[in-house]
Amino acid sequence: MPTSARVSPAADVAARARTEAVLARIERFNPQLNALNEVLADDALERAAQIDRDRSGGLLAGLTIAVKDNIATTEGHTTCSSMMLKNYRSPFEATIITKLRDAGAVFIGKTNLDEFAMGSSTENSAFGAVRNPWDPSRVPGGSSGGSAAAMAADLCDIALGSDTGGSIRQPASLCGVVGLKPTYGRVSRYGLVAFGSSLDQIGPITRSVRDAAAVLQVIAGVDAHDSTSADVPVPSYLESLDEPIAGLRVGVPREYVSEANDPSVNAAILAAIEVYRGLGATIVDIDLPLTDLGISTYYVIAPAEASSNLARYDGIRYGHRATLAPGEDLFDLYAKSRAEGFGPEVKRRIMIGTYVLSSGYYDAYYKRALQVRRLIKDEFDRAFEHCDVLLGPTSPTPAFEIGGKSDPLSMYLCDVYTVNTNIAGICGISLPGGMSASSLPIGIQLQAKAFAETTLLRAARMFESATEWHTLRPSL
Amino acid sequence: MSDPLMNEPFNEHGSAAAESLAIGTVRHVAKLARLRLSDQETERYRGQLTSILGHISKLSAVDVAGVEPMAHPLAMTNRFGADEPAAAMSLDALLMNAPAVEGRLLAVPKVLGEGS
Repeated sequence: MPTSARVSPAADVAARARTEAVLARIERFNPQLNALNEVLADDALERAAQIDRDRSGGLLAGLTIAVKDNIATTEGHTTCSSMMLKNYRSPFEATIITKLRDAGAVFIGKTNLDEFAMGSSTENSAFGAVRNPWDPSRVPGGSSGGSAAAMAADLCDIALGSDTGGSIRQPASLCGVVGLKPTYGRVSRYGLVAFGSSLDQIGPITRSVRDAAAVLQVIAGVDAHDSTSADVPVPSYLESLDEPIAGLRVGVPREYVSEANDPSVNAAILAAIEVYRGLGATIVDIDLPLTDLGISTYYVIAPAEASSNLARYDGIRYGHRATLAPGEDLFDLYAKSRAEGFGPEVKRRIMIGTYVLSSGYYDAYYKRALQVRRLIKDEFDRAFEHCDVLLGPTSPTPAFEIGGKSDPLSMYLCDVYTVNTNIAGICGISLPGGMSASSLPIGIQLQAKAFAETTLLRAARMFESATEWHTLRPSL
Repeated sequence: MSDPLMNEPFNEHGSAAAESLAIGTVRHVAKLARLRLSDQETERYRGQLTSILGHISKLSAVDVAGVEPMAHPLAMTNRFGADEPAAAMSLDALLMNAPAVEGRLLAVPKVLGEGS
């Protein structure tokens, strides 16, 4: 049984046997969890057999990967969990998919998400809500909730997510696994269905920090197909991973330990501070007074970019096309196809984005949000003059009940600790860091400056090696 | 008719679009966004957008004088690729997801009506 993904499994378990075991678990547990939209059993078994036969593949040889269903694969569909793309098959694949295949990955299936990655609970899926393996009455977080639930339930060795405002880190936190959002530009976005193009990044959801580092090693780097991928050398993330950072400075923003948090979340942060202190780190008090403005800034910029990006779904070239009634014209074709193809949250974000970009409001909302964005980035820059990583919560609460946040604004406020990472374009990771009174996982978040993933991962590994939280499993 | 969008987004205290958005504004935005909404949906979005925009109006209290807007996290300039021919995607691949095809063309409803 694949209890844990381990990089370079060497000869311990043959890829084919490993894949069969994962497929058996998917068959057993996915009907209950709804984590995967599509299982790529035949392709996966064939690929695994080929790896065994040729002894091919690299760093990830024979490891099964569950891919968020907004990342283009030529195997299976790429639906974004939307009626709009229910039947869509990508004619090309994402750059990271090519890189992972070359490293020996076996793609096991496509994971459920909040439609077009818009949400914090994976309830906004056209294919039904995902359930949290720790408590099936609760959400797994979102939008990469299918990937996090699949990882937590060992329905894969590694999962891939995308993070526009916390969509990798928050579900990782709520499901008790590791979630890494790389620096903006670190990983190619080619083949990631666009949501907020200045915020989106692909990253891994894994069992361990080492697995996250290994996946980043494979997927990082500049790509001719993505002009926003950064031409910055990719260091060896694995080489130094187990070396503790001497003289590590851990910054703790006062704003991150808040009365608004669940008490168990604050307790986990205070405990994590003691862990780092015990490891010889210096704890530095930090002020990030603009933290609270992140949600407002994000919910201007992300919907604005989304309303522009999602204009491509017009029912003409691909995606859902409505049937016209007599007398209806081209405008009706657009408006009706979009009305039928998009779910309520996607429509809501398109409406917000269209409003803030519309004539008369552009300066008051959009331009102002971009100005506050710079102030938030400057505030991080100043903080990182005094510390190497920032420590805080990933989510203000553990997993909440399905249907528990029916008001959109209360759902948006779940992202208070994660959106600023994307706004500033820096990197962040969520790690298992505690358990609530009702036995739900709690994540802690580390953030580091742009392209400081080596520091981020090493600091994360220090915490992981000093704690046992990452070894806990849900009882399914 | 005056443009329903030309309301002041913030009041003099800079706090909020505290009053509910006008229903005409919501309809106009839906039209700009090419979304056909039922009356019930329009009413629901009016309430939700009012609440969300009210929260966003926190931004109006920030002093942003002289701050350069930041549209993108990376300070980048245009990147130019080498001007080398490469294989294009096949027509079959391009059309494989099309909702309606005639021969090698995308089929669309008649764009120019009788009176155009």
